[in-house]
Amino acid sequence: MSLHLHEAWVETRSSPVFGVALTLVGYQLGRVAWRRAGRNPLLNPVLIAVVTIALVMWACDIDYDTYFRGGAVIALLLGPATVALAVPMHRELEVLRQAAVPVVAGVLAGSGVAVVVAVVVTRGLGGDVELARSMAPKSTTTPVSIALSQTIGGLPALTAVLTILAGIIGAVIGPALLTALHVRDPRVRGLAVGVASHGIGTSQMLHEGRTQGAFAGLAMALTALATSVWAPLLVPWLT
Amino acid sequence: MIVGLLVLLACQLAGEFVVRLIGVPLPGPVAGMVILLVFLTLREPAVGSRTVRAAEVLLRHLQLFFVPAGVGVVQYLSLIAASAVPLVAGLFLSWFAALATTAAVAGVLAAASARRRSVPR
Repeated sequence: MSLHLHEAWVETRSSPVFGVALTLVGYQLGRVAWRRAGRNPLLNPVLIAVVTIALVMWACDIDYDTYFRGGAVIALLLGPATVALAVPMHRELEVLRQAAVPVVAGVLAGSGVAVVVAVVVTRGLGGDVELARSMAPKSTTTPVSIALSQTIGGLPALTAVLTILAGIIGAVIGPALLTALHVRDPRVRGLAVGVASHGIGTSQMLHEGRTQGAFAGLAMALTALATSVWAPLLVPWLT
Repeated sequence: MIVGLLVLLACQLAGEFVVRLIGVPLPGPVAGMVILLVFLTLREPAVGSRTVRAAEVLLRHLQLFFVPAGVGVVQYLSLIAASAVPLVAGLFLSWFAALATTAAVAGVLAAASARRRSVPR
């Protein structure tokens, strides 16, 4: 019997199973840390998972392509999960009917302004075209922002991280900022955080109240649709 | 569960097909989401229907599915370090612009419609 420890390890870590297991470990660690910290938005499970996986890859000398053999298996489910967003959206159609005009106008304006300001500021301060295109769809919920980034020529991985950060900013300072701006209508508060900070902001608004949560969820869904129209329309023209 | 998952996949495939067919720059899964929404509106599903259950299973762990894409950021660390100023400023300013614009537009329109309703006829 001969022991080829190094060869055996190199082949094992290149298996797709390794990437799948590593992703699940990172995600589970992220979830546990987030729950232990009282669901603090700063300890976002995805951010913790990304940092954990990146550290393991660095320590074990695994490049991204090798990791993604397994990562791709999990990322594949993003497609049907995006389709599944229609289910919670359908539940909120009644809420939409009651306040259709302010909701639709608010979402259209907010999501359009988000795309324009993202591209103009990023480009204006010396960021290159790819960065600006990665920034443009960051207000939408992550599966949609990743898909949009691909469509308009951004870097989907950078978009994923920017999207999560936009969510965290909204959950941490969104409610206090709206209060400072004298926005008191619970429907408008939910709507604004949902447009700017998608699902991460929505879960924070659910803590503030049911109306805020419902409007934030509705805003998240409509922003995904509105940005899917705005970004491919505006970004080529702005960059 | 299997039938529900098939409904979701069928919507996604239909979405991918439609966006390619008419050449709109819309992500296939987003088009699939719209297709499923139309489907749900036309055929009001029961609370525990197979499609709804499959959707709920996937949505419970939605965050897991974008971890691999997020890990891809390791490929761009030097780009991010070199462009920290436009990235941070672009992120904060566009986030704030979205929040303030939505609050302003929706706030004004909601107040206007409330006033209209309270006017006696």
